[in-house]
Amino acid sequence: MTTATAGGAATPGAPPPVTKKPVTKKGVTGTRAWIAACFLLPALVLLAALVVYPIGYSVVRSFFDTEGTAFVGLDNYGELFSDPGTRTALKNNLVWVIVAPAVSTALGLIYAVLTERVRWGTAFKMIVFMPMAISMLAAGIIFTLVYQQDPERGVANAVWTGVHDTFSESSAYPGARPRPNAGIEKTAGGSFTTGETVRAGDPAGLPLVGIPPAEVPKDAAQAVAAKPDGEQVTGTVWLDFTPGGGGEAGVIDRGEKALAGVKVEAVRGGEVVASAESGEDGTYSLPASASGAQLRLPGSNFTEAYNGINWLGPNLVTPAIIGSYIWMWAGFAMVLIGAGLASVPRELMEAARVDGANEWQVFRKVTVPLLAPVLAVVTVTLMINVLKIFDLVYILAPGATQSDANVLALQLYLLSFGTDAEQGVGSAIAVVLLLLVVPVMAFNIRRMRRERRP
Amino acid sequence: MRTTLTTANRAARGARSAGRHTTRTTRAVLAAVTASALALTAAGCGGGGEGDGKDGESGGEGKSAVTVDLPKLKGEKLQVAAVWTGAEQKNFKAVLDEFEKRTGAEVSFVPTGDSISTFLGTKIEGGQPPDIALLPQVGALKQFAAQGKLKPAGEEAQEQLEKNFSQGWRDLGAHEGKQYGVYFKAANKSLVWYNTAAFENAGVEEPGTWDEFLDTARTVSDSGVAPVSVGGADGWTLTDWFENVYLSQAGPEKYDQLAEHKIKWTDPSVKEALETLGELFGDKTLIAGGPGGALQTEFPKSVTQTFAGGDAPEAAMVFEGDFVAVNITSDTEAKIGTDAKVFPFPAVGDESPVVSAGDVAVALKDGKGPQALLTFLASTDAAEIWAKAGGFISPNKELDLKAYPDDVQRDIAKALIEAGDDFRFDMSDQAPASFGGTKGEGEWKALQDFLKNPDDVAGAQKRLEAEAAKAYKD
Repeated sequence: MTTATAGGAATPGAPPPVTKKPVTKKGVTGTRAWIAACFLLPALVLLAALVVYPIGYSVVRSFFDTEGTAFVGLDNYGELFSDPGTRTALKNNLVWVIVAPAVSTALGLIYAVLTERVRWGTAFKMIVFMPMAISMLAAGIIFTLVYQQDPERGVANAVWTGVHDTFSESSAYPGARPRPNAGIEKTAGGSFTTGETVRAGDPAGLPLVGIPPAEVPKDAAQAVAAKPDGEQVTGTVWLDFTPGGGGEAGVIDRGEKALAGVKVEAVRGGEVVASAESGEDGTYSLPASASGAQLRLPGSNFTEAYNGINWLGPNLVTPAIIGSYIWMWAGFAMVLIGAGLASVPRELMEAARVDGANEWQVFRKVTVPLLAPVLAVVTVTLMINVLKIFDLVYILAPGATQSDANVLALQLYLLSFGTDAEQGVGSAIAVVLLLLVVPVMAFNIRRMRRERRP
Repeated sequence: MRTTLTTANRAARGARSAGRHTTRTTRAVLAAVTASALALTAAGCGGGGEGDGKDGESGGEGKSAVTVDLPKLKGEKLQVAAVWTGAEQKNFKAVLDEFEKRTGAEVSFVPTGDSISTFLGTKIEGGQPPDIALLPQVGALKQFAAQGKLKPAGEEAQEQLEKNFSQGWRDLGAHEGKQYGVYFKAANKSLVWYNTAAFENAGVEEPGTWDEFLDTARTVSDSGVAPVSVGGADGWTLTDWFENVYLSQAGPEKYDQLAEHKIKWTDPSVKEALETLGELFGDKTLIAGGPGGALQTEFPKSVTQTFAGGDAPEAAMVFEGDFVAVNITSDTEAKIGTDAKVFPFPAVGDESPVVSAGDVAVALKDGKGPQALLTFLASTDAAEIWAKAGGFISPNKELDLKAYPDDVQRDIAKALIEAGDDFRFDMSDQAPASFGGTKGEGEWKALQDFLKNPDDVAGAQKRLEAEAAKAYKD
């Protein structure tokens, strides 16, 4: 209507009457409202179809049951918060949101500040940033290999066992154990102790089994029975297993190997009274003072090879996956913070240095405060990113610990699709996720607005 | 029934090789050209070779006679989804290649990852289901059929089914009287494979009963080799352990009742079976790597650690179906029949159990193409291609046993065909997918927890029952 009146009243060339307000039909930039609408329309339609409608539908769907026919009110939300699986997912999401962005940003900050001073900074930055070029899925697969339990295959455990084995000794016969029913019982510290006491002149055999054929030294001699000696306590330590079977338990058969280098202790009343090591033919001899004592094979003979950490086990699975996330995203944080750092006025730092501040003080009191806006942006961006984390967890967590590593987005997926899907509860999770993201988004928008103001 | 799920193969879940398409197309075009050239010749000779699939056969490999008629599908594109990866995927693609050659259609294979019903669920919701899917769980077939997501098998496919399959296998692919599926691949899941060198070194023989089995295991353990390799990282191997013990111990009636959840998992028979299983799982000298190590062992690794390593294998026996053969041939140097042999699952009760499983092909879309592929998969020709490659047992009774590559597999196949309808289908595959066929959930997870802590039989039963009640919705 206003257009018509305006057109009718204003004669061409004549200045517009003062009473008319053309501002109402024109924007600040002088565009007509309907033209603006035309230009906005495609974007608005897409937004409505791809963002607003799905969100709206999810909200509606979350109030309906599994089939989507009956209204159930807030039941789905109730189920969501009472289901232990979803609660674990919520808890894990919380851990993720706190730890992953904080550590990534901190690492990014350190990288950015340090690379500024290194001559090969750009090369270093490139390498740290590279994981960003990989998809989450590929990163997940890379890390399933990194976290393999077997130190021969998993890098993480290869390093860890390498360090561990430097400080602890390996044993002669890992995993060996006395033949069952030979009267030798398991005692504290992985050791084995005979039930009966030994006497001088009555040789005591110590039959062991469970040694892999490859672990028995190739040149191991045939075991021999120790000679009775009235002055000494004697006996034989041997592998009581005839290759191919047929041997008699507890008896030194032909073809049964001597086990050299096994430590044998005589124990009386908890005190070690004597100790010896088995020789090449498997025999050992203890002084007569050991007579009447029990024989003990200390656990140091049998300590199993250290097998590293169970990275993807129930306790460590979430931290391990967060670790792989940080590997990917610390580079992203570094690049953004690096860009921020480049725009920080150098004079301020130089002034501080001239005033006698040391590097740490410059970092703490000048660099970090100046970078605070960038740090906030990076942290918040990562938080939004982390809230919807899915692929890494889906790929990395093995079946046995998937429920320990569960996060909301994964739980949403698992619940919503498949033959017995619960799309009502799935939608409820989606809504909860949205509600969790909203405050972070609001914060981000607020600060963007504030920055735009001069 | 999942088979080869290595970590690397999981990559395939997301990455569908784009490069494959080009070669596929060229090959399809070539095949089509050959086909039309042959058809022209045939027409010139005066016979109207209408829609005769035989023409497409370019007689390069000297195949046996063609037993199925397929329509011409030049230019049609089909998608087939299945869980297979690695060697199995390769062998299945050989079957699809033959179909392409005969019909001129273009078939692409989509690997689905561990949870096929979840994967198909997303595809169906998105309105883009694959044309054909091979479901490893009969439970998934029933659920999808009940939801009306499946298309019934057409006349030609039914004809092939009646000709080649026994009633029992046909019924497994039907829901409420309607035939939906074609059991393309079967599995005998009551086998224990063993390393002959490890058995010789320990001086033991194939055991026949559960007690003998444990004795054998102990002797092997004394010899220094871990006796039993358990692929506990994949939950389905554990459900198979349980099913075999349960079927043999509690008997087929109880087995059927438990499969339908007519008796609860808190039943004393379940307790007994879990306790029996606990005799093995609870003794850490009997399991390769102990329970903790077993939980980190995926099925393919459970096979390789039994048969790789020459004189010093990490384990002596591995329990699973006939498809273990695929992993033995592709991942180790062991020879089936000499280095690797097999004995039936030991009898816990009166008789050794026979648990079988299979992959059922179903059509998710209407049309000539999907039906033709279904028909082809029901034919003896298709079965023969994979049977020759090994690691495959067909429930197709018309298939010549000569097609199998070695005596071990031939005997397994013979036993399956001879059993006729006298077998029990894998229980977890009959269950709703969220209970019996989803990674990290339901029975898979509950049994993994049991493997970790075999003393807690009552706790395991309670968890199983809680999960089952949720999944069966009763």
